[in-house]
Amino acid sequence: MRRLLSFRDFDWALLGMVLVLCVVSVLEIYSTTVHTRFASFESKQMIFIAAGLVGMFVLAKVDYHRLLDWSPWMYGFFLLSLVAVKAVGHKALGARRWIAVGPVQFQPSEWVKLVLVLVVARYFANLGGRNLTWKEIFKAFTLVGAPMALVLIQPDLGTTLTYAPILVAGLFLGGISFRQAAILIVCGTALIAGVWSSGKVLKPYQKARLTSFINPDNDPRGSGYQIRQSLIAVGDGGIWGKGQSKGSQTQGYFLPIPYTDFIFAAFSEEHGFVGAVFVLLLYFFILMRLIQNAQTAADLPGSLIIMGIVAVLTFQIAVNVGMVIGFMPVTGIPLPLMSYGGSSVLFAFLALGVAMNVRMRRFVN
Amino acid sequence: MSTSNSSNRQEKLSSVKLAVVQYGILLMVLALAGGLWRLQVLGAENFRQLAEANRIRKEPIMAPRGKLFDRENRLIVDNYPSVTCFLVREQSHNVDADLPLIARGLNLDLDQLRATLKRYQSSPGYQPIPIKQDITADEQAFIAAHRNELPELETIDVERRLYPRDGFAAHLIGYVGEVSEDDLNNPRFAFYEPGDVVGKAGVEETYDALLRGQDGSRDVIVDSHGREVGYLRTQHAIPGQDLRLTIDNDLQRAAELALGDRNGAIVAMDPRNGEILAMVSRPSFDPNEFAVKINRAEWNKLVTDPDHPLMNKAIQAQLAPGSTFKILMSVAGLQEGIAQNMHIVCNGGWGPYGFFHHCDEKHGPVDIHNAIPYSCDTFYYMLGDKLGIDRIVKYATEFGFGQKTGIDLPGEQAGLMPSPDWLLKNFHHRWYPDETLDVAIGQGAIEVTPIQLARAISGIASGGHLVRPHVVFPDELPPDFRKALIDSFPGSGTAYVPIDPQNWITITDGMAQVTEPGMFHTAGSAHLEGIDFAGKTGTAQVMSHEALSHAEKGRSSYPNTWFVGVTPRRDPELVVAVLWQNGEFSFYPARIGAKVVEAYVNKQRRLAKNLPPEKAPAPVEMGAVWSEPDAHGGPGDGSGAKLQGGSFLVANGQLAAEGGLKTRSQASQKQEAASRQPAAAGRSGRSALMAQTQSSTGKVP
Repeated sequence: MRRLLSFRDFDWALLGMVLVLCVVSVLEIYSTTVHTRFASFESKQMIFIAAGLVGMFVLAKVDYHRLLDWSPWMYGFFLLSLVAVKAVGHKALGARRWIAVGPVQFQPSEWVKLVLVLVVARYFANLGGRNLTWKEIFKAFTLVGAPMALVLIQPDLGTTLTYAPILVAGLFLGGISFRQAAILIVCGTALIAGVWSSGKVLKPYQKARLTSFINPDNDPRGSGYQIRQSLIAVGDGGIWGKGQSKGSQTQGYFLPIPYTDFIFAAFSEEHGFVGAVFVLLLYFFILMRLIQNAQTAADLPGSLIIMGIVAVLTFQIAVNVGMVIGFMPVTGIPLPLMSYGGSSVLFAFLALGVAMNVRMRRFVN
Repeated sequence: MSTSNSSNRQEKLSSVKLAVVQYGILLMVLALAGGLWRLQVLGAENFRQLAEANRIRKEPIMAPRGKLFDRENRLIVDNYPSVTCFLVREQSHNVDADLPLIARGLNLDLDQLRATLKRYQSSPGYQPIPIKQDITADEQAFIAAHRNELPELETIDVERRLYPRDGFAAHLIGYVGEVSEDDLNNPRFAFYEPGDVVGKAGVEETYDALLRGQDGSRDVIVDSHGREVGYLRTQHAIPGQDLRLTIDNDLQRAAELALGDRNGAIVAMDPRNGEILAMVSRPSFDPNEFAVKINRAEWNKLVTDPDHPLMNKAIQAQLAPGSTFKILMSVAGLQEGIAQNMHIVCNGGWGPYGFFHHCDEKHGPVDIHNAIPYSCDTFYYMLGDKLGIDRIVKYATEFGFGQKTGIDLPGEQAGLMPSPDWLLKNFHHRWYPDETLDVAIGQGAIEVTPIQLARAISGIASGGHLVRPHVVFPDELPPDFRKALIDSFPGSGTAYVPIDPQNWITITDGMAQVTEPGMFHTAGSAHLEGIDFAGKTGTAQVMSHEALSHAEKGRSSYPNTWFVGVTPRRDPELVVAVLWQNGEFSFYPARIGAKVVEAYVNKQRRLAKNLPPEKAPAPVEMGAVWSEPDAHGGPGDGSGAKLQGGSFLVANGQLAAEGGLKTRSQASQKQEAASRQPAAAGRSGRSALMAQTQSSTGKVP
């Protein structure tokens, strides 16, 4: 029944493009931190990438159907751990997001993303792709809404928002009708407007961050500062860029956190329009490749898993790059595979591992 | 595997939906690329400039101010390096919250700091606000250590003014200060920026445009914390022009010492060209207090002092000239052919119009030859009566009374020459002949400044050649500046009023008699052996005789005393005008003037014989005794006199230090009394010398 699994079926082209992005990332992290107290972050990033690669290969070996079977248990475990973070977590930068497990700092909210992809894929696959009832839609909302609420109160608005595309992709591909979608959009808009004006759920700094991108000059020293400096950095790059480690915005520390959330701005300053479009194209081809894998998947759950991953990656790229060029508010969402950070890199590689997993089993049956 | 339990299930995703997703992603990538195009291709130039503005800060390089030298190129005013702290509001998130820390670290008063910032409220946030000048090494360390917490603090190296100590020539030199907000609105200060240092008085003010030079700037590459990481372009500052003043340090010092701490002024000038050789005003102030920001208490003290320390009395004190005006009266009388024919008998005054005008003495027979040395009021009452006020005003105006001299120092006063027209216009009453008698002896409404008097009397001694006084050599100035300078200091300037040679000799000989010892000669004690020294004393009542008899006895009721001396008597090389406010007796300023003249002549003789300057001998301790007359006793009244004793260290003819004075509390009384008391001065040469030297060094206990 099942053909012998081989890494010959592994998506080497996809991995190649991902590794090119990783090289770009490591070089840019080096450039932005070399003269700061964060020097050597690029080596740490390389360790994260190596760990991610190992995790990816391990995860590719485990049949995704088994992962799907385990996913409700994992979902339950991470919901509990999110509660634990709120209770005993480590406070950094004003938010409780981290929990210490032995020597390792553990940020469950990143992992929840992957688990949510699996849980949502399983949920919609079991519904079989037919038209959804309102009850089923409500259940899907509850499934994703519970962890979103827990992460939002950490508070971590950015990560909270990254869960939403999983739900949107699941609903869209899982069979929501136009009428239902229209009703949901209207209700959702009303709800967001209500939440915004009530002023209770979002903290003032979060609201300021969400609006300052529209006119950063209103508050050039406050929340508009980051956007303004980011725009200057990107524009300063011009067509060909200032050259590796030569961006004055980046090297003069005008650009905030240039090795994580604003790494694309730093890269754009130093490598210009040409470099930035090259990276965008890499992302585009990676996403296209993933969608192709979803198309060739053996079954509906496999496709849904990959499309969930595509949804998360697309959302993060759009929001992060959009933020850097002033299209989107500052939300603190890292750029997948570029931004420095263990959790972020691990998520990307594990997600790729699951996608590889699906691809390797595309000839099953 | 587990998905096959229901056959009616859809096993694949709809390819239409996947295509929708693919196009959606393509659209997103195109949108992002479009955004990048807008920023990096279309907006590149704009953002490049913004990035430069972020990265590059223009730092001013202060031009060192021109130094001041005396006429022999000896340094008077120098600069020293100093650091000023600025605050740039734009560089901080919350300046107000930082202020307490800043105030503590820089030893500033928090309220005053807030007030400083408030003054700049309307200026843009990038405008650096000077908050402290001349900060110490500790304060610099504080700023360096708080770079990250207080990114709004900036420091800048400046050259700061270093003035002579003890107020040496302070009024002539003036001082500099931060340009005020009011000044900045004045077109004259169009080129100045807040925090700039400008001359605010004296030479510093008049010659500010030359002295200040032109500030340069440097483009500094900074990071977001304001740390300097490199330099780009440097535009060097153009240093201010050095200036050579006409004053002679030696003579200035002699004049400073001669006046001591008496309230008054000395101006010494070369009447041949108008060069000011010395200018002293008392009380003085320390211009170094202004070079750094003067503190409020010190400022209040200076402006509320009844003796007006900031006033340059040499050009700003307007007082009745007293008998010094009799020189002008003599010129008028002789030129009009009246005075040479007057032979009168002085019986202690004259009162032809019902009111008796006193003379100090009963001089007996007086003519023009002894009227000047006697300073006989009776003679001049009669001369004035014969001349009439109109002719007096004509001569006075020709010799510059009631007009500025045009000296190149700010704030000169014009004095006042009363006339019937003036009286009618301002007081709406007719001129009475009695008033002419008052004016004839330099009393009444007439007011002069020391510089005016020096110019007029030396002009008379020079045969009518009057000069424009100045403190900087005009031919060392750029031509356009010199022209603008003359236009901005209007005055009577250079003039020639012919005086008949015979009259000229009569007057100058009369002035020479003033300092010759002799009966009724008003300044015989100021005689200088072997020096052709001529002059005229003056005493001007500050109150009428009636008012004086009711007023409490005190220094402020004493008359103002004047002396104007020249050497030699004709075509003089030097004129010295001395004013001692409330000095009581006019031979005191004559002695002060004599010291200046002596210092001048000695120096000229030494230079002529190519002798080295006198070496100061080691101080010698001397004992002295003197008697203290009864404070209220008249001259020669020895009753109640007390014997006093003390020891002094005397170096180079000056008092260097004083030993234990017996009865210190009485010593000060003694001091005043002795210096007022002609009998005491005449009785003992030693004690007179001691009294004089002590008061001249200003060390009155």
